[in-house]
Amino acid sequence: MMSNLTGAERTKAMIITGFGAMVGLLMAIVGHDDPMGAHGWITLLFFGVLFFVVGNAFYDPEPTEDRAALYYDDPTKVGIILALLWAVVGMSMGVWVASQLAWPDLRFDAAWSSFGRLRPVHTSGVIFGFGGNALIATSYHIMQRTSRARMPDQISPWFVLLGFNLFCILAASGYIMGITQSKEYAEPEWYADLWLVVVWVVYFILYMRTLARRNEPHIYVANWYYLSFILVVAILHIVNNLALPASLTGAKSYSLFSGVQDAMTQWWYGHNAVAFFLTTGFLGMLYYFLPKRAERPIYSYRLSILSFWGIVFFYIWVGSHHLHYTALPYWVQTLGMTFSIMLLVPSWASAGNALMTLNGAWHKVRDDATLRFMMVAAVFYGLSTFEGSFMAIRPVNGLSHYTDWTIGHVHSGAMGWVAMITFGSIYALVPVLWRRETMYSWKAVEWHFWLALTGTVIYVFAMWNSGIIQGLMWRTYNEAGTLRYSFVDSLVAMHPYYIARAFGGLLFLTGACICLWNVVMTIRRVPLLAPALDYPTSSEAMEPAVPAAE
Amino acid sequence: MSVKERDPLTGYLTTGHEWNGITELNTRVPRAVWFFIIVTHIWALIAWILLPTWPLVTTYTKGILGLNQGEEVAEKVIAANVARSGWADLITAAPVNDILQDPELLALATGTAHQIFGDNCAGCHGLDAGGGPGFPSLIDDMWLWGGDPESIMETLRVGINAPHPDTRYAQMLAFGRDGMLGREDIRIVVDYVQSLSGTEIPPDRAAAGAEIYADNCASCHGETAMGDTEQGAPNLTDAFWIYGGDDTAMFETIWNGRQGWMPAWEGRLSETERKILTVYLTDLRQEAPQ
Repeated sequence: MMSNLTGAERTKAMIITGFGAMVGLLMAIVGHDDPMGAHGWITLLFFGVLFFVVGNAFYDPEPTEDRAALYYDDPTKVGIILALLWAVVGMSMGVWVASQLAWPDLRFDAAWSSFGRLRPVHTSGVIFGFGGNALIATSYHIMQRTSRARMPDQISPWFVLLGFNLFCILAASGYIMGITQSKEYAEPEWYADLWLVVVWVVYFILYMRTLARRNEPHIYVANWYYLSFILVVAILHIVNNLALPASLTGAKSYSLFSGVQDAMTQWWYGHNAVAFFLTTGFLGMLYYFLPKRAERPIYSYRLSILSFWGIVFFYIWVGSHHLHYTALPYWVQTLGMTFSIMLLVPSWASAGNALMTLNGAWHKVRDDATLRFMMVAAVFYGLSTFEGSFMAIRPVNGLSHYTDWTIGHVHSGAMGWVAMITFGSIYALVPVLWRRETMYSWKAVEWHFWLALTGTVIYVFAMWNSGIIQGLMWRTYNEAGTLRYSFVDSLVAMHPYYIARAFGGLLFLTGACICLWNVVMTIRRVPLLAPALDYPTSSEAMEPAVPAAE
Repeated sequence: MSVKERDPLTGYLTTGHEWNGITELNTRVPRAVWFFIIVTHIWALIAWILLPTWPLVTTYTKGILGLNQGEEVAEKVIAANVARSGWADLITAAPVNDILQDPELLALATGTAHQIFGDNCAGCHGLDAGGGPGFPSLIDDMWLWGGDPESIMETLRVGINAPHPDTRYAQMLAFGRDGMLGREDIRIVVDYVQSLSGTEIPPDRAAAGAEIYADNCASCHGETAMGDTEQGAPNLTDAFWIYGGDDTAMFETIWNGRQGWMPAWEGRLSETERKILTVYLTDLRQEAPQ
């Protein structure tokens, strides 16, 4: 892979990694009596390894082939593998914390393994590690293909991908050490947050530069979604993480917000992380891989426009539905509730557009587990968006809030929608990316599909039952007009569902492990196949007769 | 290249663009979508008219229902208290023993106590009030500070070793750690105390133990070792042990001392709630097999 970098790019890479290593050393020195020091060593190690990897290939011969005739896929390949590794780590953590809820002794009496520290490793691992890497990798693939243009340079895609992974490592290792801002999905501390801002701005510029080089008159829908993901996540991340470090030599910082303003900012961030990280980015994925795999035109361009603008306009208002019946003023709650309802139709329009695109390809859905992953993802997307709007209605929220119903809703979205569309896209993408005929084992894809679907259904049904029972127990009065149950009674009632949930998660994790194995075997065992047309072209005349081999 | 093609399956035209093999149809937005957009927007509009919604510069639109979530909660709390006051006032007024004799009132009290006990007491004393290592059982006959209703009410009110001005205060001294007794003396007195509840020890050891006991322990636990509920000193002649009655646990108790604590519930639970708990515990004890 290093051999595809030019001499100038190798120099640039060594300067960046050398500088990063020095920053890591500096953090390690000034933060030596704080957990930040450990993060300094991790940063030093991370950049140090990269420095030597680049340095080792520094005097290798320069690449000779015409770069304009090829897409740049090396970072995409690494990104897909990283996404799958994070999937296995993040989902294992999920199974572990789910088991801790059923059998608390699985904490083994250590501080680092307590639920409060492992749970963010699970959430960040799957959302950012798995989801984020998959989004970055597929966006590189899609922005080049739909623009028929190669990325403008070879350093920034690596900078974004690896820089983002450094952020994920700092996040996960920090939680284990007890470093947290205590903001859900925004736990990492100030220096990790600042680093992510740098990475994200480079990502945005890279995307815009690639689009600027496009050889297509129009920008395809998938790119709108990816761009909204990159742009809005930058805004959300910066605003919610505004904080003053307690000192420059330690990890602790204090948020600029306090009280109900802090809560509102956090849930404006939190809900739009769901919207612009877990929804629009993955809709971009859906809009490319589903029509590609089904070999059908998108059902309606007009519906795409309507749902895109509906989603981006309405979503940004609805965060306050996380704070019903709290100190947040009533009027803010009403706004959150009503916009959540108005959001439903644009969301369903997206799901409907995807399913209608499958008209004429339903026989493929039956036969091809890859396409079936995408179809089921669209169905779960529709289900979770309906459930979300429903739960945003104030009195419904009175029952569902603080219960496992919320957990069930999140996982119906995260497992049924986000993970399914990602796995489907990976199965569609891997053979194209590595120039292979097919996946190594179609049976393994089938197994993965059924494990994932069974796991999701078990998980979601367990949490629905558990959540509604919990919610009802907390509001049941006896004939004296006092509460019928103590909190512990509700915990006892949850126990069988917690076991079922851990089992569902285990099935889902097994599927992810099969996927990683299948991808690795595809790369190692399946014979090469040159694709019919997979290189950037500005016009028919400029197409090379045979695409240059990698 | 903007060539509109007709999709043979649906009969719709494409938009004329193509991205790496992907095309789009120019299908009209289905009527159902417009219909449901209108329905959801009308729903929202009605909610905006009825409820507090839009921020103005210094205030917000109040909504014609005039709802205020703070007032709503306050009203509901008052209404619930009024609904409960019928029997709650009776409980407040009646002595504990009278409540125990009144099956109807007793059922209301114990039904309520389940949740109060579960959320406040069970964490230490266990869901069945049976206690555990370091936490006394509340269903046996042994009470550090007295098991009659008045004593239980007072213990609940002020707690034990709690930050309450009237708290019940008790401390088992660290005889070993603080150098008052040597290891061998502690072993002897452990044997002696165990012999009070029936184990056999040699007479000379018993005599030595009795002397150590009289000099160090009797002031709190009493000359007959029957304990003293006035100062929270446990009875040492029975089979009930809070921290364990085996050699190791007793050595630890005498060497390092003990100072358990119980929160003061005044300010956290109302007098009526504390009384309900007292009734509950008294009733539990009467029903528990001794």
